[in-house]
Amino acid sequence: MTSFWSITLVTLAKDIRLEWRSKDALNAMLFFSLLVVVIFVFSFDPLAEESRHIVGGLVWVAFLFAAVVALNQTWARELRNQVLDAYRVSPAPATALFLAKVLGNFIMVSLLEALMAPLFVIFYNLRVLGPAWQLIPVALLGTWALVVNGTFFAAMSLRTRSRELMLPLLLFPVSIPAVISMVAATTNILTGEDSAHFFIVLLLTYDVVFTTACLALFETVLQAE
Amino acid sequence: MKKAFPILSVLTALLLVYAFYQALWVAPTDALQGDVYRIIYYHVPSAWTAFLLFFINFIASVEYLANAKPSTQRAAKWVVIAIGIVGVIAPFIPQVRQQLPVGMYPSSVATTALIIAALYFVVGKYFPGQDLDVLAVTAAEVGVVFCTIVLITGPIWARPVWGIWWAPGDIRLTSTLVLWLIYVSYLVLRRFSDSAQTQKLAAVLAVFGALDVPLVYFSIWFFRTQHPQPVIGGGGSIDPRMLQVLLINWMAFLCFAFLVCWSRYRLEKLRREVEEAEALEALLEPAGPAAASSKANVSLTRGPK
Repeated sequence: MTSFWSITLVTLAKDIRLEWRSKDALNAMLFFSLLVVVIFVFSFDPLAEESRHIVGGLVWVAFLFAAVVALNQTWARELRNQVLDAYRVSPAPATALFLAKVLGNFIMVSLLEALMAPLFVIFYNLRVLGPAWQLIPVALLGTWALVVNGTFFAAMSLRTRSRELMLPLLLFPVSIPAVISMVAATTNILTGEDSAHFFIVLLLTYDVVFTTACLALFETVLQAE
Repeated sequence: MKKAFPILSVLTALLLVYAFYQALWVAPTDALQGDVYRIIYYHVPSAWTAFLLFFINFIASVEYLANAKPSTQRAAKWVVIAIGIVGVIAPFIPQVRQQLPVGMYPSSVATTALIIAALYFVVGKYFPGQDLDVLAVTAAEVGVVFCTIVLITGPIWARPVWGIWWAPGDIRLTSTLVLWLIYVSYLVLRRFSDSAQTQKLAAVLAVFGALDVPLVYFSIWFFRTQHPQPVIGGGGSIDPRMLQVLLINWMAFLCFAFLVCWSRYRLEKLRREVEEAEALEALLEPAGPAAASSKANVSLTRGPK
């Protein structure tokens, strides 16, 4: 078990170090979601009261699109110099590699959300009417839901033609229940009209179900060549 | 077997004509909706057929993944047997019985569980090895066609009855749409993936899609209870004459779907045979240096695939 976690941590540290030196994915993601926010501001220009109802959707759509940018780079990096083939023949458990990639993406997308959230507050003059602390579990669970499936499908689309295009085509349909839950929970918290409890539980269920499925099936996907 | 195909085609055509006649002229007119409701005889049978085909796709995909290793194959068999046994006994236990939603009978739940378990073994017996994957792709393609019919007839029906084309909060409309999206992405993956392991990846995606369906259902269910929408059906009783016509139509649609699946299945099998033969030929050619020069020319002009 110790070797499992040490492999996970080593891979994670390597990915973070690489990202820290190049900052490719993070910069692209940040600028991309900034553009999305600005375009939304120009297209809707709502009153503060209306914006509470729509901003839950806008925030998550922006993060979903931005996350795809990072997810696409997850495995492409390992293709150079046949790193992925080395992983395949090594005795290290495939799930450790997968978990490291998911954690890396989770950290990146969470960082992006932390940086972008203030922008949404400024542009839309938001004031939370419900229990604001509940936004934290929603953000964490929602990000995990996007990232765990996204990392899995990114590995899957490695074997396809035009793989950058393939990832959203695979990821979005399966993510619909998660997106519904995230958006509904965020809107409920912002407007304070309803409890977000059910949707948080549903997000948790989604995360547990798909994390289990990903861990169980990742070996099959990694070895498929 | 090949002789049965034209016979079955004629029978299906006759059944479809009979069902059409029943639906348009024999079935009584609805008291509230008038003649508009008759679209139900196309909408509902298509939906049932599509769901059945998607379910077959799911069973075939699970079995395909399970058969990759002998250990998982054995484990999967026992799991399915356990599902069958628990599914038959559990609904009759009083505590569980109380948990069942209104309108769901213990006997029907038990039958469903039994059919699921039986289907797994029947599919495994008649579709060994790669045939499972051929079955999966056939079921998915034909299922998407029927699901498209559902999604087109739904709004056509909703417009005169509800006054709106699309009810975003309606649970059945929306979950059918999501199901359709998932299976379209399944077909896109099959089309775009060109490695030899497409089958495995597609099977994995089918399992993910199946896991997604209950979650979609719950998320929309809660969404709807918050924003009530005009929803028709659900819980209402149906005239027995209407039900009879509906079942005749479903039978005709099932026969038609079976026919289409059959010919698609044969086509896919043939396509794979041709592919294998070509691959074998390409392997053998360089091995024989004494091969006739004309043959070498042929392989040159064909070029790499």
